[in-house]
Parts: sequence; C-alpha cells; structure tokens
Amino acid sequence: MASLKELKGRINSVKSTQKITKAKQMVAAAKLRKAQAAAEAARPYASRLADVMASLASKVAGNDNAPLLLRGTGCSERHLLVVINTDKGLCGGLNSNIVRAALAKARALIADGKQVQFYLVGKKGRAPIRRAFPDAVIGQFDTSEVRNPGYEEGEKIAAELMGLFEAAKFDVAHLVYATFKSALAQDPTEQQIIPVPAPEAAAGDDSGAVVEYEPGEEEILTELLPRYLKTQLFGALLEIAASEQGASMTAMDNATRNAGDLIQKLTIQYNRSRQAAITTELVEIIAGAEAL
Amino acid sequence: MALHFELVTPAKLVRSEDVHMVVVPGSEGEFGVLEGHAPFMSTIRDGAVQVYKTEGGQPEEIQVRGGFAEVGLNGLTVLAEHVEG
Repeated sequence: MASLKELKGRINSVKSTQKITKAKQMVAAAKLRKAQAAAEAARPYASRLADVMASLASKVAGNDNAPLLLRGTGCSERHLLVVINTDKGLCGGLNSNIVRAALAKARALIADGKQVQFYLVGKKGRAPIRRAFPDAVIGQFDTSEVRNPGYEEGEKIAAELMGLFEAAKFDVAHLVYATFKSALAQDPTEQQIIPVPAPEAAAGDDSGAVVEYEPGEEEILTELLPRYLKTQLFGALLEIAASEQGASMTAMDNATRNAGDLIQKLTIQYNRSRQAAITTELVEIIAGAEAL
Repeated sequence: MALHFELVTPAKLVRSEDVHMVVVPGSEGEFGVLEGHAPFMSTIRDGAVQVYKTEGGQPEEIQVRGGFAEVGLNGLTVLAEHVEG
C-alpha cells in the first residue's frame, strides 16, 4: 500500500498531465478549424485546374510528343514514394498509419520486381522508414521551420521532384499522405502523381464549341503540368495539416479523459487509506484508554 | 449583359462576380473579354488584370503572377498562382 504522501504526489502529477493534454486538445481544435477552412479554400482552384487538365490531356493523349510529365519515361521499373508525414507528434496513430501504408505499398512494388525509393516530407516518417529501408531514401524536405506549410512549400517540393524526374532518377512517383475525413478518421491515401494521370473528362461538358488555344495546346499543357503537380502537393500538405490537428484533438481528448479516470481512482484510494489510518489511530487510543 | 468573372488562386477564391469587361495580360498580348466571348484559353504573363465593373468606368487593377485564363460558357476564369492586393 502506497503511503498517503506518495498517493498525493501521483494525483498531482496526473492532474498536471491532464492540464497539458487539455490545453493541447483545445489548441488542436482551434487549429483544426483554420486548417479545414484552408483546405476548403483551396478546392475551387484544384477542381478548375483538374477540369482544364482533363480537356487538354484528352486532346494530346496518345501523341508522341506529349510532355514528358504526361506520358512518362515509357517504363515503370523505378518507383518513388513521396511520403508526407507531420513534424510533430502527439497525434495518435496518424503517422504510424501513413508509414504503414507507405511500407505496404513499397513491399508490394518490390514483390513485383520493381525498385523503390523514398522522398520524405515531414519529420515523423524519417526514423521508421529509414529503419525499414536504410538505403532507399533519396531525399527529404523539411517543413518544420514554417508554421503552416503553404503553396510555396508545395512549389518547392514539386520543383525538387521534377528535378529528380528530369535527372531520370525514377520512372513513376506515388504520393502517400492522409486524407482528412473527420476528426476521428484520417485515411492513408496513395495516388500516382508522375506521370500525371489524365483526369477523367467531365461527361456532358462537351458543348461542341471549339476552344481556341493561345499559344498552342501543347505549350499550355507543358506549363500546366508542373502547376498541376504543385497543386496536388499543396493539397496533400493541406490534408495532412488538417489530419494532424484532427488526430491530435482526438488523441488529446482521450488522454484527458483517461487522466480524469485515473485521478478519480487515485482519489478514492487516497481517501480510503486516509480513513484506514484514522480508524487505526482511534482504535489504538480507545484500547489504550481501556487498559488504564 | 454581364460577364461572370472568377479569379482563383491555390489559397482561395479571390473574386467571383459579374462585371462588364475584363482585360487579361495574355502571354501573346492583352485581350479583353466581354460577355459571349468564344471559348478560349491562354497562358498569362505577370501583369495586371483590369476589371471594368461598368461600361466606360474606371478599371480596377489586380496584379497577378503565373497562371492562365479560360473563357468558357460560364464566363471567364483566371487561375493565377499569386495575386497581389
């Protein structure tokens, strides 16, 4: 049986832990709202860009001199997995889920006889992926210095990826990140980004009108593809930001509740032992008085 | 008699309104878009998009960098990477 003083110490320490988790939960809730708003604000641009891409890509598809980013290098031997993680912990199983999805994808590709390399964004994915594939990490991007990863970071990552692609370091690139469903659910998602998969053309949109292009379709497409890539990376960064805050909020809510339960249990134990001590003391006094 | 004009950046929808005319700095020269313009798409160079709210009125200038403009059945959409002001 722990002494009264020890119990009191434990109660106090759990209480201060609870204060921390509660604060973190409230901060995450506030940040989540902001991150969701940012993700929503980015949607119109992404959807318009996808529309334009769809109409252009269908025109140029099958053309031999289509831009490299669209038709790829012609083989699919070397794959690059771009894994986006968060920089901070305290967000439950979010990062381990993303890493697990990335490693599963990598193993599936290796089982098919392909080569796999990694490009890591965010701090939390580095250690586990390095452990599983020590030599396969060819680059990483640090987002920890900026408070809210934004379009500029998306641009930088896209530029680095395109540099690697032009240097023929890989043939196909996949993006692994978490899509934000709700504060309770963030799904690890994997999608191909290079070569750019042609988005489905919206059916019924064909008005029959001939669209004029200036300068030409291909020139526009060559400009558009890098932009499309940037937008996708930017979108992934926004999703991961929202996911991080959502997961963090849920995890901290659980932690706060667990701390509350623990405090209750410890308090009961504390009160019982105090009562036991008092009873023992009383019994001793009475026994002493009777003996006289 | 109004042109639906939308200016979108990756971060947000900057404008969505009905205007009289918009002059866009296309990469092969500026072009003005009125209502009923034929479907058209162009990349844009860095410069000012001039928005004429009413005929003959003073244009409002918006600096844009990088992107392209699309004229479709539902008006003009300018997708820009950066917008100032």
